[in-house]
Amino acid sequence: METPHFPIYMDYSATNPCDPRVVDAMIPWLREHFGNPASRSHAWGWEAEAAVERARGQIADLIGADPREIVWTSGATESNNLALKGAANFYKTKGKHIITVKTEHKAVLDTCRELERQGFEVSYLDVQADGLVDLSVLEAAMRPDTILVSVMYVNNEIGVIQDISAIGSLCRSKGIILHVDAAQATGRIDIDMSKLPVDLMSLTSHKTYGPKGIGALFVRRKPRIRLEAQMHGGGHERGMRSGTLPTHQCVGMGEAFALAKAEMHEENKRIQALHERMLEGLKDIEEVFLNGHATKRVPHNLNMSFNFVEGESLIMGIKGLAVSSGSACTSASLEPSYVLRALGRSDELAHSSLRMTIGRWTTEEEIDYAIATIRENVAKLRELSPLWEMFKDGVDLSTIQWASH
Amino acid sequence: MAYSDKVVEHYENPRNVGSFEKGDETIGTGMVGAPACGDVMKLQIKVNPLTGVIEDARFKTYGCGSAIASSSLVTEWVKGKTLDEAASIKNSAIAEELALPPVKIHCSILAEDAIKAAVNDYKTRRAAAAN
Repeated sequence: METPHFPIYMDYSATNPCDPRVVDAMIPWLREHFGNPASRSHAWGWEAEAAVERARGQIADLIGADPREIVWTSGATESNNLALKGAANFYKTKGKHIITVKTEHKAVLDTCRELERQGFEVSYLDVQADGLVDLSVLEAAMRPDTILVSVMYVNNEIGVIQDISAIGSLCRSKGIILHVDAAQATGRIDIDMSKLPVDLMSLTSHKTYGPKGIGALFVRRKPRIRLEAQMHGGGHERGMRSGTLPTHQCVGMGEAFALAKAEMHEENKRIQALHERMLEGLKDIEEVFLNGHATKRVPHNLNMSFNFVEGESLIMGIKGLAVSSGSACTSASLEPSYVLRALGRSDELAHSSLRMTIGRWTTEEEIDYAIATIRENVAKLRELSPLWEMFKDGVDLSTIQWASH
Repeated sequence: MAYSDKVVEHYENPRNVGSFEKGDETIGTGMVGAPACGDVMKLQIKVNPLTGVIEDARFKTYGCGSAIASSSLVTEWVKGKTLDEAASIKNSAIAEELALPPVKIHCSILAEDAIKAAVNDYKTRRAAAAN
């Protein structure tokens, strides 16, 4: 069997490699120290419990929370489900209106659809062209029967950072619960729950150099937030989420978050420099567009549209590089990225985008390679493109009647 | 996704890329698809007016690797065929030749449409010129 060609990884927003130090921390809990943390009657259980509680503290530390506010889950998707379904159902006697944003992750949007099916009403807010939520739009959407707002901290496709502090203050003033999906935020921006007016926050491990399959939900104690459990069977995690805790996974996520706390600021400086290098190398290409606010963003993300070049064909050309695209062809459905469409991007520009996300092990050489191969392939594909030809001829493409099938 | 060798071949070495001279009376141009769908194919055929045989072809495509391969392939297939023979090329043959997966079959359909559109364009122009 042929070994597949493994390209340079620039898809850190999809997942991260586990930091080797994280793996080392996890292994003993798979080998000799295999006890169930809920086994109260012997040393196997006691040591596992201690490891899980230590890890819980490490999670809390990174986000300025109390360890008792951390509930283990299988990942941010489950955390989102628990937060939204859990809070909506617990507080439904107060009201049945929920507000979220069109650019949220599917884990939030699909959960909201499910809640609609169960009788809740959901408002999906538009965003500005730079991807940010307009606070006045959010306020206007709030009603007396609104019980929950869900806004992600850092967007997975375009990397923009929402003003969670302001959004939280607004929600507090109206007595509305705020849930924040922070899957892409941990280890990239400072988060201090002792200062942020946020009630529920979803966390994941594998976007912060930890293992996949483990995450957590921050559930505020003061003021106390209650949730209806979604996983039943034993009452683990104060009844909020039953299920045997995977010690090795908890330890892994804890270690990853501890490393993030120690190394984030230094690392971000390096990433910022790489980001600027990449942007510098690409921004002077004719008809290229940056998707998402230029500065209210994490430097790890660069999402650009290359007009008149289709995304999947570009990815095929830059085969030494692993990135993703907002092109329909690369998603399972034939629709372009809903996030880019929400920014007001035309279908063409949504089809023509590349999402490049860098991380801990990205080097300058890799950035330079990326710039070179993208420039070369954009030029080559424009030679092949009838749209580029028409643009160069001065044709206004918006006036064409397309004969689509 | 893993592409078939043939799709990769056509993508790396596309055949007959480009456009014919504007104003050439022996050219038929078919433009199909839409940017909104992520696929636009422009196919041009150069026809011998006496024999009705396609002597040359050019293509330009905005689309994924399978779309580029499909249109590149048809520029080879139409050469040497009469207009009616070319118009009867079936998308299933294109899909089979390139081993297109189900999710990419529409690329071959678009290529079949492009041929028909180019043939129709040529015929319409000839009819108009004759009048």
